[in-house]
Amino acid sequence: MEKLTPLAEEILESLWIATVEEKAVGCLLSDLDLGPNDEALAELVKLAYVEKRGDRLSLRKEGRPEAEMTVRRHRLAERLMMDILNIQGEKGNDQACEFEHLLHEGVDTKICTLLNHPTTCPHGKPIPPGTCCEEARAKGGFGVVPLTELKAGQSGEIAYLAISDGQKMQKLMNMGVLPGNQLELVQRFPSYVFKVGNSQFAVDDMLAREIHIRDLR
Amino acid sequence: MREEVTQPKIVLVGNPNVGKSVLFNVLTGSYTTVSNYPGTSVEVSSGRCRIDGRSYEVLDTPGMYSLMPITEEERVARKILLEDRPEILLHVVDARNIERMLPMTLQLIEAGQPLILVVNILDEAERLGMKFDLPQLQQNLGIPVVGTVMKRRQGLAELQHVISNYQGPPPPAVPYAADLETDIVRLAGFLTADYPLGPRATAILMMQRDREVEEMVQLEEGEGFPLIAPVLHSIKFSRRADLNLQISLERKRHTRKMLDGALQQEIADHPPFSERLSRLAMNPITGVPLLLLVLYFGLYQFVGNFGAGTLVDFLEGTLFEEYINPAAISFLNGLTDIYWLRELLAGEYGLWTLGVRYAIALILPIVGTFFLVFSILEDTGYFPRLAMLVDRVFKQIGLSGRAVIPMVLGFGCDTMATMVTRTLETRRERVIATVLLALAIPCSAQLGVILGLLSAVPGSLLVWLLVMIGIFLLIGFLSAQVLPGENPVFYMEIPPMRLPQLRNVLVKTLTRMQSYFLEILPLFLVASVILWAGKMSGLLDIVVDGMTPVVTALGLPPQASAAFIFGFFRRDFGAAGLYDLQTAGLLSPTQLTVAAVTLTLFVPCIAQLLMMKKERGLKTALSIFFFVSLLAFATGWVLNKFLLTTGLLS
Repeated sequence: MEKLTPLAEEILESLWIATVEEKAVGCLLSDLDLGPNDEALAELVKLAYVEKRGDRLSLRKEGRPEAEMTVRRHRLAERLMMDILNIQGEKGNDQACEFEHLLHEGVDTKICTLLNHPTTCPHGKPIPPGTCCEEARAKGGFGVVPLTELKAGQSGEIAYLAISDGQKMQKLMNMGVLPGNQLELVQRFPSYVFKVGNSQFAVDDMLAREIHIRDLR
Repeated sequence: MREEVTQPKIVLVGNPNVGKSVLFNVLTGSYTTVSNYPGTSVEVSSGRCRIDGRSYEVLDTPGMYSLMPITEEERVARKILLEDRPEILLHVVDARNIERMLPMTLQLIEAGQPLILVVNILDEAERLGMKFDLPQLQQNLGIPVVGTVMKRRQGLAELQHVISNYQGPPPPAVPYAADLETDIVRLAGFLTADYPLGPRATAILMMQRDREVEEMVQLEEGEGFPLIAPVLHSIKFSRRADLNLQISLERKRHTRKMLDGALQQEIADHPPFSERLSRLAMNPITGVPLLLLVLYFGLYQFVGNFGAGTLVDFLEGTLFEEYINPAAISFLNGLTDIYWLRELLAGEYGLWTLGVRYAIALILPIVGTFFLVFSILEDTGYFPRLAMLVDRVFKQIGLSGRAVIPMVLGFGCDTMATMVTRTLETRRERVIATVLLALAIPCSAQLGVILGLLSAVPGSLLVWLLVMIGIFLLIGFLSAQVLPGENPVFYMEIPPMRLPQLRNVLVKTLTRMQSYFLEILPLFLVASVILWAGKMSGLLDIVVDGMTPVVTALGLPPQASAAFIFGFFRRDFGAAGLYDLQTAGLLSPTQLTVAAVTLTLFVPCIAQLLMMKKERGLKTALSIFFFVSLLAFATGWVLNKFLLTTGLLS
C-alpha cells in the first residue's frame, strides 16, 4: 500500500476524532482549513477512505482502520515526547505532530512496546490498541517497566536508563548496568538489590525508578 | 643495560575489589591494606620489586571504573596514568565479572598503554561455572593475558615472566561505529603533542566533556587550540544526547566479540553458602537481628566486656598498678627533687600517670579490640550490606547508606571517622556526618568506660541509649531540613561475602592500632602537659571553677567539672574522670546518667576538633563545636529536670 502523505494523515486523524470520539457525522472542509481542491484530500478520496459531499467530509468504513492507526501513532508520539523526552506543553504537541508521520513500518510497535502499551495519551484520550498491545496482554508479561515494578526474583533486560544526573548514569554504565544486559532483581526492600552478570548492586528507589527493564518472555 | 635514574614503573589499575592490593603485596612483598569495601584505598601505595634481575617501582592505584573519572579516587588513579608513564600497566580484573571490566581494558588499549591483562580470582569464577580460554582471549585482544589466583600466588611466575618479556605497545584499537569513528579520527587528527593517553583516547575523553583532559590539550596545543575548539564544540554539541551511552554500548559490543570463544558460561548449581548468608544479611527481617547480634557480640561483649573490662582490668589494674607504676613512679621521682618537674613526670596529671598509662592501659585495649572487630566485618563484605539496609533511615537524616561506614568507624575513633567522611559525595552529607560524629557517636574508648559505668545502675544504660538514638535522629533530621541541597542518591556495589583471612585481618588491625597510637600518644602527652601547666599555674582551677555553675545547673557535684574539661583533651579522659567520681561514690543514679549523656554529647576531643578544621574548614568546625557544646548541656539540663520530676532512676 502507498504510504499516505503527512497532510492526508492529518485529515484522517481529524476526521476520526470527529466521527468516532465526538460522534459527529462528519465535518466541514472549512473546519479543517481545506480548500475543495486540496491534494491530500484528493488522495484520500481516491483511496476511498473519505467521502466528500459538497463542503462536507465524512469517514468511510474503508478508511477507518487506517484513520485509527493514524490517531494511535499521534498519541503514541505525544506520550514519547512528554513522558520520555520530557518535552511539555505546546512544544510537545507540535513535535508529536511532526513525529507521528515517521512511526511507520513497525516503529510504532517498537515505541508502543517501549512505552509499555499505554492506553491513554497525556491529555487523557484513549490510544487505539495495536496488535502488539493485544499480544502483550495475551502473554501477560510486564513489558517495559521501571525496576521498581519488578518482583524479587524476576528478571529482564535493561531497556534504557532515564537518569537525569549524567555522572550517576556514567557510574552505573561503568559498573555494567547497560541497555541490553540481563538484570535480576534480588530484593526490593529496604533498598533495591539487583544482579547484573555476577555482580550485585544496591540502589535506592530514586535510581531504581530510572532503570527501565524489558520483559523477555 | 643502561642505568636509569628513575626506575621503570609497573602500575596496577582496575575496579575496586579485584585483588589489586593483594597482587601488589605479592609482587613487592610489602604490605598495604587490602579491603573489601568499595573505594577504601584512597591512598596510593608504592613498593619495589625485582623481576629477572631488573628492578621496578610498583604503584597500586585506587579503584577506578573507567578512564573517565567521577570520584576523587578515580581522579587520583588517572592522574598516575597521565603523569607517571608506566613501563608496564597491569589491568587487574575479576574473572567473575570480566564482561563488565573488559570495556576498561579496551579503553586502555585505545590509550596505547603498555598493557597486560591479569584475570584474577579465576578459581571462584570456575566455581561459578565459567570456563576460560585465555590464549584465545589473548589472541582476540592482542595483548598478553595472564590468569591468576593471587591470594594463593597462583600465576605469579607466569606474570613475572610476561612482565620481563613484555614487548611493545598494544595493537591499534578496534574502530567504533562509522559515524562515531569519523568524529574521533577527525578530532584526534588535530592533536600534535605527545599525550600520555595517545591522541585517540585523548580525543574521546574530550568528546565526553572531560574538563581536565581538555585543559591539558589546551595547554599542550597552545596556539593550535583555537583551531580545535570549534570542531570539538560542534562534535560535543551534535553528540550531547547520547555520546556516553553510545560509547558504552560500542565497548560492550567489542567486549562480546573479544570474549567470543574465550569464555563459556555453564549454569551454576544452587547458590553457594556465601550467597545465602548475603541474602540473610540484606533481608531486613533477618538482617536487623543479625545486626543486633553483631553489635551485641562484637561491640558490647567483645569490645565492651572483654576489651574495656577484662583487658583493661588486667593492664591497668594488675600490670600497671601492681608492677609497673610503683617502680616507674619511684624511678621518676628519684630523678629529681624539683616539685614541678616531679609533678610533670609522675604527678596527678603527669606525663607518665596521665599520658602513658591511660594511653596504653586504658585506651589501647579498647581501640584494639574495636579495630579487630571492624577489620573482620570489613573483610567479610558486611558493610555494603549494612549500607543498603540502613539507607532508608539514613535518607531521613540527609545521608545515604554510604555514610554508615564513617558512622560505624566513629564507634572506634571519631577522629578517624571524621577523616573518612571525605568519601561521601556531597558537602551537605559531609557536614551532617561530621556533626553527628561530633555529637552523638561515642568513640570506643568513651563507650567502654561509659558502658562499664552505666551497667552498675539498672535502667541508666537504657536511658542513655534512648537519648543518644533520639538526639542522633533528631539532629540529623533537623540538619537535613536546614542545610540546603538535595538528598543524596544511593548506589553501591555489593561485593560477594567472603571468609576473612586471618593474616589480612591481623595486619589491618595492627596497622590501624599503630596509626591510632602514633596519633594519640603525642596528644595524650600534650594534653598532660597542658593540664599540668594549668594545675601549676592555677589556671585549671579557674577554668574548672568557671565550669562549676554550668555543671551544678545540671545537678552534678562540682567535682564533675574537671571531667568535662578533661573530656575536651580526650573524650575518654572525661569518661574516665566520671569513673573516678563513681568509684568515690559521689554520684547518684540520676547524676550518673545525666553526666554520661552530657559527656557523650559534649564537645569532641581536641584531635577530632583539629580534624574537623582540616576537613571542613575553621568556620564550620567552630560552628559545630559551639553548637555541640550548647546542645550537650541543654540536653543534660532537660534530662536532669525530667529524671528528677519523674523520679525514673531514683
